[in-house]
Amino acid sequence: MTTYETVIGLEVHAQLSTRSKMFCGCPTTFGARPNTQTCPVCLGMPGVLPVVNRRAVEFGIRTALAFGCRVNDACRFARKHYYYPDMPKNYQISQYEEPLAEDGSLEVDVEGGARAIGIQRLHLEEDVGKLLHEGTLETAQASLVDFNRSGVALMETVSRPELSSPEEAAAYLRAFRAVVIFLGVCDGNMEEGSLRCDANISIRPRGSGALGTKVEIKNLNSFRNVQRALEFEERRQAQALDAGERIVQETRLWDADRGYTRSMRSKEFAHDYRYFPEPDLVPLRIDRRWVEEIRAALPELPRVWRQRAVAEYGLPPYDAEVLTQSRALVDYYEAALREWGPAPGARRERPKTLSNWIMSELLRVLPGDDERAISTSPIPPRHLVGLLQLIENATISGKIAKDVFQKMFVSGEDARTIVERDGLTQVADEGALVQVIDSVMAANPKAIEDYRRGKKEAKGALVGQVMKATRGKANPALVNRLLEDKLSQT
Amino acid sequence: MHQPIHALTDAYRRGDLTPTAVAEDYLARISALDGKVGAYLTVVREQALAAARESELRWRAGTPRGPLDGAPVALKDVLCTAGVRTTAGSKMLERFVPPYDATTVERLRAAGAVVLGKTNMDEFAMGSSTEHSAFHPTRNPWDLARVPGGSSGGSAAAVAGGLAAGSYGSDTGGSIRQPAAFCGVVGMKPTYGRVSRYGLIALASSLDQIGPFAQDVTDTALLLAAVAGYDRRDATSIQAPVPDYAAELSKGVAGLTLGLPDEYFIDGMDPDVERAVRQAIEVLKGLGARIERVSLPTTQHSLAAYYVILPAEASSNLARYDGVKYGLRIAGRDLIEMQSRTRAAGFGAEVKRRIMLGTYALSAGYYDAYYGKAQSVRTLVRREFAAAFARVDLIVAPTTPNVAFKHGEKEDPLSMYLNDVFTIPGNLSGIPGVSVPCGFNASGLPIGLQMLGRPLDEARVLRAAYAYEQATTWRSRRPDLS
Repeated sequence: MTTYETVIGLEVHAQLSTRSKMFCGCPTTFGARPNTQTCPVCLGMPGVLPVVNRRAVEFGIRTALAFGCRVNDACRFARKHYYYPDMPKNYQISQYEEPLAEDGSLEVDVEGGARAIGIQRLHLEEDVGKLLHEGTLETAQASLVDFNRSGVALMETVSRPELSSPEEAAAYLRAFRAVVIFLGVCDGNMEEGSLRCDANISIRPRGSGALGTKVEIKNLNSFRNVQRALEFEERRQAQALDAGERIVQETRLWDADRGYTRSMRSKEFAHDYRYFPEPDLVPLRIDRRWVEEIRAALPELPRVWRQRAVAEYGLPPYDAEVLTQSRALVDYYEAALREWGPAPGARRERPKTLSNWIMSELLRVLPGDDERAISTSPIPPRHLVGLLQLIENATISGKIAKDVFQKMFVSGEDARTIVERDGLTQVADEGALVQVIDSVMAANPKAIEDYRRGKKEAKGALVGQVMKATRGKANPALVNRLLEDKLSQT
Repeated sequence: MHQPIHALTDAYRRGDLTPTAVAEDYLARISALDGKVGAYLTVVREQALAAARESELRWRAGTPRGPLDGAPVALKDVLCTAGVRTTAGSKMLERFVPPYDATTVERLRAAGAVVLGKTNMDEFAMGSSTEHSAFHPTRNPWDLARVPGGSSGGSAAAVAGGLAAGSYGSDTGGSIRQPAAFCGVVGMKPTYGRVSRYGLIALASSLDQIGPFAQDVTDTALLLAAVAGYDRRDATSIQAPVPDYAAELSKGVAGLTLGLPDEYFIDGMDPDVERAVRQAIEVLKGLGARIERVSLPTTQHSLAAYYVILPAEASSNLARYDGVKYGLRIAGRDLIEMQSRTRAAGFGAEVKRRIMLGTYALSAGYYDAYYGKAQSVRTLVRREFAAAFARVDLIVAPTTPNVAFKHGEKEDPLSMYLNDVFTIPGNLSGIPGVSVPCGFNASGLPIGLQMLGRPLDEARVLRAAYAYEQATTWRSRRPDLS
């Protein structure tokens, strides 16, 4: 049996997080009542004209620069024609021969290291509306159109056919998502369709120079589906070639429920898009100074930050990965670290302590990939650091701190205010603690006996009793030392 | 009361006339005479009277909004009007009521103009005779057996017939200048981008331009100034200040160099037209203009290039009329059948012809040979004009090779297309042009003199047209409709 190698290229459509649409002033809020976010322009009324959203161009340039693309001095919009009822003009304003940017790459972590996957082009276009069928597509007696999404700004990024496995394709998409979220140009929400992916896949006998016949797969709306669909298609094509069949160049639809790809009728999708330059828009000249301003304001990209966090802060790669799920989260982390400052001496536990608290506490109450939620957190970085400082100087225990964290989250107050008001300061007064320990020991003769017989874990039970009696306010280290002293006296 | 707008407003100022009385008079004339002419598709009587009454209050208070306050005007039915149906002369939009005003309409309302109604046109502005309206043909007020020209034939006939004091049309290949010539009125196509196209139902986006029809050049200047200027809703509109065109009219033509293109005097053109135009040039010479011969050889390829670019853009612009969102819908068993039936019933033969031509010209494998080539010709035409305007200030030529033809005379589309041979280069190059009456043929049909200028040089074009108009008496002759 022949062994094959796989060649995959991805086209990713990212909905840009601009407040208004690509060519009109309508809002882009997701989930509004159907056809409430429309105007004559995005409804394709007779006589209307498009006007380019400057912010969308800026977002496109920002992304292009992050991918190291060449931003062209001039680009042009073009009309792409096909009839579909969710597209009001029956043409889509897109870019064709003169895209915004070309020739870049995206670093993707793959088995055995990192690879730069080529990016062929990046261009801007408008989204279409949504069809809602009464019943299933095949049996519906009527369909409704919601044009709220019509005209929303989209950025299409086409990779070179340089991905060599379904896992790599999924890794590419993950890396892509991290970058656009980090740049603040797309919310990366795949369920809401903010990020959509089509794939081109072909296989060829290992070592062969020529590319095989490619098949386009549509409807890949999650990382898992990208990988599953491509794995299915890889097998299907290999079986076909093994059986002596030819691969047909076609578009196939991924059916996630049934787990297979099926051919879309080629007649329906054999389009001649009749592209021509959009006469309603003049060619867009991109001012170099503007590009340089955008470049200067580029944030550190997730990959670079992760490398630095591992090298400089000594964070485990896992922590760095979790923290880069959004730009806001990295900003949060960095702000907190700056606030806290370096630990005295050569100790480096503060960066890790901070990431522990963010991962285990903050991300339990806030979605880490939600830029807005993180940047408007009721516990700002300064308050979190205030809490950690109280632990560090032994004012409160780590356990109490978790309760204080909850209170801070609800009230928005800082840690010291809560600790002082609620009297949560650790009991560090030896005299008071000795009294508590004496009464605990008096009440638990059996535990003392066990301990003296060599059952050292019995001490833990006593510590627990002391902590309980002080409602957690006792300094655990002090309790341990005092208990040991008592137990060793006979 | 049938006098130019500037004379009406003078009378408003003096208190000799009121906007209401004038609007009522025009509405009465429309009721009595438009049955013969067919200039209008929709008359908005109540709205017009309401606007006239408001204008009257402003004049009485001594606070008119400007030189168009109270001026009764008509709009080609390709300009969207909020709440008033806008058909583009097509069955497809027979009951379409736009929810918004075109920028031009908005500016006219702000200037206090009184809109009388919407005028007839060739369907989607495709045609040179206004015979291709889906509703009824328009007749030339000078000879009802003849066409008024097109596609803005309704707007031209309305001004010629005294059914509006001024009007607006759109010019894609001559659709203002040619009917102006045929109807003996002034018609101007400004520089591409001078007037916002927002709300103009598109025929060919890179060629379409809105412009006025008027009884004389002074009104033309006023009607243009009211709607010209940058509009942020039209990305192709030009950011340049609008001169006071009327103030510059009297500067004369002495010292100006006028170019006379060899290619605009062709075999087969009406000898009466050639004679009238050559006489007009003598008049201009007498006023102190220098005349110089220029050559515009690419003119002969303009028509061919135009009939690739126009259908290509039109096929795209008209794709939206599919029965899904607005306009006509003919039910079908499924979506494809509904759309096919709708488009089959909604579009007339000429529209379908051009959609097919355009679809073909943009098809994969043909694009370079047709659309690409036509765009190259367009670049040559533009360069050729630029080279000519390096030597001359204006180009003077006939507007059309012939006078108004009879209804049904030009059944063959190609002979119809040839009518625009002298006006199309102006659209391909985007330069401004005016047609001003320059005489009559032996049967009393009007002839138009075309003057073309540099981009954004409307002021000089109008100034030369004004000098010529003031030196002649053609505008005193009026068609008799009674």
